[in-house]
Amino acid sequence: MTAYILNRVLIGLATLLLASIVVFGVMEVLPGDPAQLMLGMSGSPEALANLRAQMGLDEPIVWRYLHWIGGLLTGDFGRSYTYSSPVADLIRERLAVSLPLALMSLLLSTFIALPVGIFAAARRGRLPDTLSMGTAQLGVAVPNFWFALLLIYAFAVWLKWLPAGGFPGWNGGIWNGIKSLILPSIALALPQAAILARVTRSALLDVLGEDYIRTARAKGLPRGRVLRRHALRNAMIPVLTILGLQFAFLLAGTIIIENVFYLPGLGRLIFQAITQRDLIVVEGVVMLLVASVIVVNIMVDLAYAVVDPRLREAA
Amino acid sequence: MSLLEIEKLTLSIGNFPILRGIDLQLEKGEVMGVVGESGSGKSMTALTLMQLLPHGAQTGGRITFDGKDILHATEAEMLALRGDDIGMVFQEPMTALNPVKTIGEQVAEGIRWHTKASRADAESRAAAMLDRVGLPQSKFPLTRYPHQLSGGQRQRVVIAIACALKPKLLVADEPTTALDVVLQKQILDLLRDLVDERDMGLLLISHDLAVVAEMADHITIMRHGEVIESGETSAVLTAKAHPYTAQLAEASAHVPSNRRSIPPSALPGISPSRGDIGPSSNVQRPLGAQSHQEHIKQTSPVRTAAVQSPFSLHEGEMPGRAEGGVTLPPLLTVQSVTRDYAGRRTGLFSREKPFRAVDDVSFTVHPGQSVALVGRSGCGKSTLARMILALDRPSSGSITFDGHRLETSKDRDLRDARRNMQVVFQDPYGSFNPRHRVERLVAEPLHLLQTKPSREERRALVSKALDDVGLKPADMNKYPHEFSGGQRQRLSIARAVITRPKLIVADEPVSALDVSIRAQVLDLFAELNERLGVAYLFITHDLTVARAITDEVMVMHDGRIVERGETHAILDHPQSDAAKALVAAAPDLDRALAARAARINAAC
Repeated sequence: MTAYILNRVLIGLATLLLASIVVFGVMEVLPGDPAQLMLGMSGSPEALANLRAQMGLDEPIVWRYLHWIGGLLTGDFGRSYTYSSPVADLIRERLAVSLPLALMSLLLSTFIALPVGIFAAARRGRLPDTLSMGTAQLGVAVPNFWFALLLIYAFAVWLKWLPAGGFPGWNGGIWNGIKSLILPSIALALPQAAILARVTRSALLDVLGEDYIRTARAKGLPRGRVLRRHALRNAMIPVLTILGLQFAFLLAGTIIIENVFYLPGLGRLIFQAITQRDLIVVEGVVMLLVASVIVVNIMVDLAYAVVDPRLREAA
Repeated sequence: MSLLEIEKLTLSIGNFPILRGIDLQLEKGEVMGVVGESGSGKSMTALTLMQLLPHGAQTGGRITFDGKDILHATEAEMLALRGDDIGMVFQEPMTALNPVKTIGEQVAEGIRWHTKASRADAESRAAAMLDRVGLPQSKFPLTRYPHQLSGGQRQRVVIAIACALKPKLLVADEPTTALDVVLQKQILDLLRDLVDERDMGLLLISHDLAVVAEMADHITIMRHGEVIESGETSAVLTAKAHPYTAQLAEASAHVPSNRRSIPPSALPGISPSRGDIGPSSNVQRPLGAQSHQEHIKQTSPVRTAAVQSPFSLHEGEMPGRAEGGVTLPPLLTVQSVTRDYAGRRTGLFSREKPFRAVDDVSFTVHPGQSVALVGRSGCGKSTLARMILALDRPSSGSITFDGHRLETSKDRDLRDARRNMQVVFQDPYGSFNPRHRVERLVAEPLHLLQTKPSREERRALVSKALDDVGLKPADMNKYPHEFSGGQRQRLSIARAVITRPKLIVADEPVSALDVSIRAQVLDLFAELNERLGVAYLFITHDLTVARAITDEVMVMHDGRIVERGETHAILDHPQSDAAKALVAAAPDLDRALAARAARINAAC
C-alpha cells in the first residue's frame, strides 16, 4: 500500500514538472511582449529596454524558467502586469470563492446523483427508472446558465430568499458568503449530478448482472441488502473516476456561471488575464489547476484502492 | 415424504417454454444427478427451485421442499429458505465471489443474516466451516480476499457459503466444470463427504455423465426441458434404454472413427530407423517404456502417411507430408525454453523472486503429428503455447518453427511463420467480433499471405474453408450469433485452416461444448488432420480429448514436461506422479459404473 501511494505521488510530481515546462514554453512562444503591453504603444525604446531588464525578460530562457519555478516553490508567483499586485494574492482571493463553490457543487451533485442512480438501478425498466433517467437526460442536455437564470428568477426575484449575484466576501459572516454561493452551486451541480446519476445507474446495473450477486441472493439476502452490501462498492470505480473529472472542471470551468452571478472566481481571473496578455497570472493559475488536478487524481487513485483490494497490491 | 418433490414443473420466460413438465424426487442424504446438454433446462430447474428466476418467468406445476410449496411461497418465505435450508454452488468460481469483500465476511454474512448471531460468533462459525472445506485458518485466514485464492480454493469458499448453515438441500450447478480434473476430484469428494456427514440432499447438475455416474445415486436425464429418463444411476446407465441416453454415453467417450485402434504393427511401410520424435526431448519415459518410445518413433509421422494414400488426390493440400521412407525435419522444435515472470513488487525497490512458469522445456512436433499437452491449470501449458504462437518470448531457449527462429524474429518477419501456424481458442462465443460477418471473420488470417487476394479470391478461399469444416459457403454472409456453439467452433477452425497452416495450436478447443457437439468437433479435427496433413498441438486438461485425437501426450507439471510418450501408453500406464494424478482423477463412465456395481455387490 505504501508503495502504491509513493508510486502515485512520484508520478504526480513528474507530471507537475512536465506541465511546468509546457506551460512556461507555451507562454514564451505566444506572441505579445508583456513589457510592450505594459508600456503601451507610446513607450520609447529606452523605456522598453529598461522595463524588460527590470522584469528580467532579457535573461536566458532557462534561467528565467528556473527563477519562475523557484518562485512557485516558495509561494512567490510573481507580480501581475495589469493588477500590479502579487499573483499569489490574486489567486488566494479568487480561490476563496472558487474552492467553496466547487466543493459545494460537488457535494450537492454527489448527494443528488447517488440516490437517484441507485433508485433507478433498483427499479430498472420500471416507471421510476424511466422518469428519473428522463429527467437526468434533460439535465445533461440543458445548459447550466439557463438553469442559473431560472434559479435567479425563482429564488432571488420571486421568492427573494437568496441574492441574485455578487459575493460579499467572507468577512461579512460565513452565512452571507455561503448564501451567495447557493444558487451558483445548484446551477453547477445539476448537470454534473445528471451525468453522475446515469453513470451510477449503469455501473450498478453492470454489477447486478455479476455472478457474485447471484451468490449473495442465494444466501437469502433481500434484494435491497444485496444492492447496498454487494453491488454498490463494486460500482464505485466508474463513479469515482467521473467525480474526479468533475471536481477539476468545477474548480476552473465555471466561468459562465461566475459571470451570470458576478462572482470573482478563478474562471474569470484566468479569462481576463488571457485577454489582457497578463502571462504571469495565466501561468500561475494554470499551474495551480494542474496541481489540483494531480492531487485530485491521486486522491481518486487512493479511493480506488480503498474500494478494491485487488488494486492495493498492484503498485 | 421426500425432501424435494418436483411435479409437472413448467416454466416459460416471455412465452418461450423452457421446462415442459419436469418430475423429480430427492430424498434426504441422497445424490440426484441431473444430466443434460445446454438448453435442456437443468440450470433453470435449479433457479426455479431457488426462485431466483429472471423477470417475466411463468411457472406451473408443483415444487414441494420439506413440506413447503415453493412456487406459492412469498419472497419473505424464500429469503428464509435460501442460504439456510437450501444452499447453492455455482459453476464459475472465479466470478462467484464478491471481489471487494474478504472470504470471512462472505461466509459469515449468511450466518449472521439467518441466525442473528453476533459478528464474533458468525466469524468463528465461518472459520470452522472454511476449515471443514479444506481452507484452514493457519493458511487461509478470514481476511483473505478472493483474488488471493486459486479457482479450486474459491470453489471451496462458495461451498462453505452454501453449507455454512447445514442446509437440508444443496444445489450444485456444474460445480467442477471450470476446474481441472484433479481439482474436480477434490471438490466432488468434498461434496460427497458433506452429503454423508450431514445427511444432506444434493442435486448435482452436470453435463458430464462420468461425473454423475461417480457421484449420484439417482439420475435424471433431461433434454429440451423434458425428462428423458430417470432412475437408479447404474441401472439407467448400464441399460441405456433410451436412445438419447445411449447417445450421451457414446459421445462422452467418443473417439473419431478414423483414429480408432490402429495398432502400429499393422501398418505397412514402417522402418525402425525412422527419425526420432526429437533428439532434444529431455524427458525419457521411465523404465519399461522403451517399447513405447519405439512405437512413437514409428507411428507419429508415418502412420498418417500410410493412411493418407486414398487421399492422394489432395496432394496439393498436403504441405510437408512424409513420403514413403523419407525422414522429415521436425516442424516445431522447442529447445530448453524457460519463461520467468518478474515477481510482484513488494516495495519501491524490492520484488518477490521471479516466477518460473515454464522451466527448461524441449520437444519437437513433426509434420502431421497430433500432440497433446496436458496438465493441471497453472502448470505452464498456456504460457508455453503463447511462446510457440510467438505471442510471448521465452526468457531463454529457442523455438524453431518451419525453419524460422521465433524468439529472435521481429514481428514483421514472423508473417510466414504465422501463416503456417494458426490457433483455435476455447471459447467459441468470445473469439469473434459480433459485428463482423463470417466472411470477414474467417478471412482474417489472409492478411498474412504474401499477395493480398482479390475479393473473388477471398470469397473463394472462405467458401473452401467453410466447406472444409462442414459449413455451407452461403454461411459467410451471416453473423456469429446466428450459429450455435458447435458451429461457432467450426468457424474458429475454418479461420484456422484458411491459410492451410502446417500447425494448429488448439487451447481447450472443445471444453466449452456439449458432449455430442464435442464429439462432432473432435471428428472434424481428426478428419482435417488426415485430409490436410496439419499437425496439432492440443492444450487440454481433459484426457478424453487427448485420447480421442492425439498420437502423443506430453504431461506438464510445474513448468516442466515430466512425461512424454504415445497417448495410449501414457494414459493407460502413467509413470510420473503428475500423470498418475491426472489419470486417476479423470472421470470415466465405465470405471464409475464398475465401482458402483462393486459397491452394491459388497453391500449385499
